[in-house]
Amino acid sequence: MAEMPLLQVENLAVHFCLPVPVAERAMGRKPKVLKAVDGVSFAIGKGVTLSVVGESGCGKSTVARLIAGLYRPTRGRVAIDGHDVTAAKDRTRAIRRRLTMIFQDPQASLNPRWRVRDIIAEPIKAFGIAGDARETGRQVDGLLEQVGLAGADGEKFPHEFSGGQRQRISIARALASKPDLILCDEPTSALDVSVQAQILNLMRDLQDELGLTYLFISHDLAVVNHMSDRIAVMYLGRFVEVADAAALFAAPQHPYTRLLLETIPDLGMTGRDREAVAGEVPSPIDPPSGCAFHPRCPYADKRCRTERPELREAHSGGVAVACHAVEEERLPPAPAGGAADG
Amino acid sequence: MTAGPLSGGGRVMGALYRGADSDLAYSFRRNPVVVTAAIVTLLYFFGAAFADWIAPHTPFDPSTLSLGDAEKPPAWIEGGEWRYLLGTDNQGRDIFSTILYGSRLSLIVGFSAVIFSVVLGVGLGVTSGYFGGWYESTVMRAADVQLTLPSILVALMVDGVARAIFAGTDIKTDATFAIYVLIFAIGISAWPQYARVVRSATLVEKSKDYVAAARVIGIPSWRIMLRHVLPNTMGPVLVIGTIDLALAIITEATLSFLGVGIPPTQPSLGTLIRVGQEFLFSGQWWITLFPALALVLLVLAVNLLGDWLRDALNPKLR
Repeated sequence: MAEMPLLQVENLAVHFCLPVPVAERAMGRKPKVLKAVDGVSFAIGKGVTLSVVGESGCGKSTVARLIAGLYRPTRGRVAIDGHDVTAAKDRTRAIRRRLTMIFQDPQASLNPRWRVRDIIAEPIKAFGIAGDARETGRQVDGLLEQVGLAGADGEKFPHEFSGGQRQRISIARALASKPDLILCDEPTSALDVSVQAQILNLMRDLQDELGLTYLFISHDLAVVNHMSDRIAVMYLGRFVEVADAAALFAAPQHPYTRLLLETIPDLGMTGRDREAVAGEVPSPIDPPSGCAFHPRCPYADKRCRTERPELREAHSGGVAVACHAVEEERLPPAPAGGAADG
Repeated sequence: MTAGPLSGGGRVMGALYRGADSDLAYSFRRNPVVVTAAIVTLLYFFGAAFADWIAPHTPFDPSTLSLGDAEKPPAWIEGGEWRYLLGTDNQGRDIFSTILYGSRLSLIVGFSAVIFSVVLGVGLGVTSGYFGGWYESTVMRAADVQLTLPSILVALMVDGVARAIFAGTDIKTDATFAIYVLIFAIGISAWPQYARVVRSATLVEKSKDYVAAARVIGIPSWRIMLRHVLPNTMGPVLVIGTIDLALAIITEATLSFLGVGIPPTQPSLGTLIRVGQEFLFSGQWWITLFPALALVLLVLAVNLLGDWLRDALNPKLR
């Protein structure tokens, strides 16, 4: 793939300093640091969907917000189509126009005091895409129809719509600036399962139609399986496995990925006992030494407890894994098939 | 062009239509006390706005006054005349007319003071909530400090300082000047509550994703504050503002009663009460009682409206 990737992220990290009470600060206590994202690298080519999955609190939403420019990264680099946009001043209007974001909560992502028409028109006006008010209105109507709503719905307020419809409005707003890259932060997590499918299919259709590139954040593996070309599994601020969607579901490498796939309900394993998932995600304020996953990992040994594994190309086929056990080939072979046929 | 969806006129009509149909209007119609309070308040506004036409006399034009008509009792009492419905004061000024002009002054000062403190408090509140950091700490600590002082004391201090500053200058310390000083003094004494309420509402709104969506496309901060955050924080401001209007009128009356407010040449309700109370023990009770009743009625009506608004806009009480 000689072509330049649309989105390139190198060693991206953001550390938040937790507030310390004034009295304790005076006594010289240093603020605790929360490493929400701690060195993440990936690239997405045009028209591709990369999904980031992980349990809540692993930093996957933060990755999307960093790329959107909502947080300032502590270190690392974000480039869109070769333009470095790490610093806020480098985010020119032309660059901003090319990436938009869809948020999780359809309730909070639309201003309750604005008419839908004005919400969708905001990016059009901000980027001066339409010449005049009439053209703006025409584009808004077009966008509403594109996401399966009627032009007349523009007159309504967000609270007059259901959750799924509101997410359609969010999508229409995201499309308004004619972007290349859409950052989708759990766009269907707040929706009913039946509505989820509609929204996901709409997003796929739009991708085919407009050649969109998605960074898709989700905790739902079934959704991810439906949407993705490539999948990155995230644990405590780092990627532990990056692979093509099919490869990941067919032959998960990292113990954490296997654990996640185990949790998917599956007809094939009816009657079979499921392995209980041990433990919870540790606090990112005080992460475990070595491999962050070692307290929960059945294959952890001394090296895992002391040395942090790097993301390495594991097999052929573009699978990258951060695991000593995989590297040393002391893992049992991947569970066959299992949940792959989703 | 037709009244298109993006044009202003159609939008205003739509808002009016929705307004008449809303929960708020329903709760209003259902509540006879509130309707009465609203009518009384409107009557005051009307009387104040059209005092020049409604008032039967021009009490502040010395050429129309006659000392022969001084200290006449209200019309229904022996010695009273129907020309002077509520009697006259020691200079022969018609009490009813002075009340009309006095309410005008009280309302002007009250409204202007509220608008002043709303602009100041909301401005500081929304910016400190949005930007945070040392700016927020400074503003909020200043608000805390001011809240430890009774607002009437702050107003007295500001009023006194302003008079001291301007006493030696060319600026004439006439009634108009006194009004500006009062508006400033009362307005500055009330901003902290707006700043606090708006700041906390801003903190809530700022973290919502519609603000993030606007930031992603690069909408400037001032525009996000003005167009996105501010409209969503205005509910409580409306409630506090209404209750504060009654408070501002009372504060103005208190200051005028204490003699640091509006001078007797162009009296407000508070000044009327102060001037009148000198005659209380010599039997001319009407000179001070009627302005006092007028003040009580006005403040009561506005307070009732404010209380109702607070309950009606409180989602927990629905």
